[in-house]
Amino acid sequence: MTFMKRILLGTAAAAAFAGTAAAADLTVGFSQIGSESGWRAAETSVSKLEAEKRGIDLKIADAQQKQENQIKAIRGFVAQGVDAIFLAPVVATGWDTVLEEAKDAEIPVILLDRTIETSDDSLYLTAVTSDTVHEGKVAGDWLVKTVAGKPCNVVELQGTVGSSPAINRKKGFEDGIASASNIKITRSQTGDFTRAKGKEVMEGFLKAEGGGKDICALYAHNDDMAVGAIQAIKEAGLKPGTDILVVSIDAVPDIFKAMADGEANATVELTPNMAGPAFDALKAFKDSGKAPEKWIQTESKLYTQADDPMKVYEEKKGLGY
Amino acid sequence: MSRMLMAGLTRAAPQLICLAVILLLNWLAFPGFFDMRIQDGRIFGSVVDVLNRGAPVVILAVGMTAVIASKGVDLSVGAVMAMAGAVAATMTVAGYPLLVVLLAALGTGVLCGLWNGLLVGFFDLQPIVATLILMVAGRGIAQLITEGTIVTFIDPGLIFFGTGSFFWIPMPVILAVLVTAMAVLLVRRTALGLLIESLGVNRSASSYAGVNSRLLLLLIYAFCGLCAALAGIIVSADIRGADANNAGLWLELDAILAVVIGGTSLLGGRFSIVMSVLGAIIIQAMNTGILISGFPPEYNLILKAGVIIMILLAQSLSRTGFLHVLRPAPTQTAEAKVKRA
Repeated sequence: MTFMKRILLGTAAAAAFAGTAAAADLTVGFSQIGSESGWRAAETSVSKLEAEKRGIDLKIADAQQKQENQIKAIRGFVAQGVDAIFLAPVVATGWDTVLEEAKDAEIPVILLDRTIETSDDSLYLTAVTSDTVHEGKVAGDWLVKTVAGKPCNVVELQGTVGSSPAINRKKGFEDGIASASNIKITRSQTGDFTRAKGKEVMEGFLKAEGGGKDICALYAHNDDMAVGAIQAIKEAGLKPGTDILVVSIDAVPDIFKAMADGEANATVELTPNMAGPAFDALKAFKDSGKAPEKWIQTESKLYTQADDPMKVYEEKKGLGY
Repeated sequence: MSRMLMAGLTRAAPQLICLAVILLLNWLAFPGFFDMRIQDGRIFGSVVDVLNRGAPVVILAVGMTAVIASKGVDLSVGAVMAMAGAVAATMTVAGYPLLVVLLAALGTGVLCGLWNGLLVGFFDLQPIVATLILMVAGRGIAQLITEGTIVTFIDPGLIFFGTGSFFWIPMPVILAVLVTAMAVLLVRRTALGLLIESLGVNRSASSYAGVNSRLLLLLIYAFCGLCAALAGIIVSADIRGADANNAGLWLELDAILAVVIGGTSLLGGRFSIVMSVLGAIIIQAMNTGILISGFPPEYNLILKAGVIIMILLAQSLSRTGFLHVLRPAPTQTAEAKVKRA
């Protein structure tokens, strides 16, 4: 059903944009990692929308989580003589050779969402990524402002142990609340970024902290864990969003539904729109020849219950999260 | 009867002592561990959490015990959980009645089990390889069914299997008890248990003795798939959504571990379903203890590995005697040396 709809939409879009595509002044090849998460799928569909908006011809190659496929795709783009290459690198190392080939062909490369390790940073034009430390800080700042000096014990659901978003989002949040001596993290445990573990760990927190009476706020490193934890809070007979404040990161559609129901308070967006700023930087570079900064940081926007969550939910639902 | 009970308790002594020690440690780490109260019509407390969270692995372990007793192993149960959850969630969202949804999800598990049984019983693939195929492919199929997203549902009937309760007892616990009781009755009140054990000890000998080993293997793997599907329904009902990427991830290892802690040999033969269930509860008591202990999460896996080593050592020592390790290892006899030369 949805598959058919997609094909129909695809053909309609293709027909509508056939004119612009033929006249496109830019052709960009995008080597995407794959579709390992809902966010990744959303990034792909937003990239297509942003390209259409600007009349850019975007060719997407799905690498199915394999670096060799990405290298093949980049060589293919070089052979086709595209105007620029976008790369969401699946791993950090091993890109030097293929990027030198692109450089020799004078095709600028822009990194999306993740960066690479290389001794020669002239191999790419710029990198468009989110600052995960900053995301944590935005969440921390929100909590400091919201509790306004009242004492507040926070429980934290960490991401997968050792993963960089988990390390950075923890650090950022701690930076954010460092100035507020009234806020303390009393418990911190990993929920592996999943709903099921988020729920299980929250059940443990609730028991360990006087049935939840001693918890003032929950900070989860992603929305999925928060959604699981919200169920645990409800089953313990408490009101998530009122008895226990809930703040998390990512801004996936389901957390907006929870916010609309008053069960979550805030989320910090990890925007799936990495391609938009990349297109803008590319256009400016092509027009003026001036190279952009080496790092373009995407906005980490804070959403609260006041931001009409139901409307955002409807907007985000169709993006493939 | 009481003598049989005593014999059973003696055999289960190492596991029971382990469980008692873990519960004691949990109580020391968190004095409110044994507190209980009624909350929204169901019992609420850490001990209930252990049973409730342990239920999916208990159910997996019941099926896994039968497979391991037949000298096999089923690595695909985690992926089957994800598939059954995905089927249940997508069909619920599509508006099918609860009974159809349940039958379809359980049917998925049985089909997967039949596939494994076919590969092991009829095509003589090694169980670890045969079930590895579905372990990898199954999660892909689950992702295809959910189209890569977490499919959420609000149907109260399906949710009841995860968070509902009956006489104040959480539904997953009731299901786990029912599955265990039925499986024990089935294998111990009929000849089925004996046939499975004979298959595990020596398949060709039992075939010569008239056991239809192919059909039996087919049934054993189908039963294991059925258990996995039920666990998958519980897990997705619990979070009101099917998460194809993470549902049941690595749970096949927990299920195998539960069977091993319960004392069933990976080489097949004698088995005990009740002991495997005890093993699953030990694992969950440890998990819950780690979560409420307040240790930093970096220690989770180390603590878990440490405790498991202790349990298995205790088990091994209680069987062979404490002095066994001090005795020199058996050496080759002169006769054997001559034969080899």
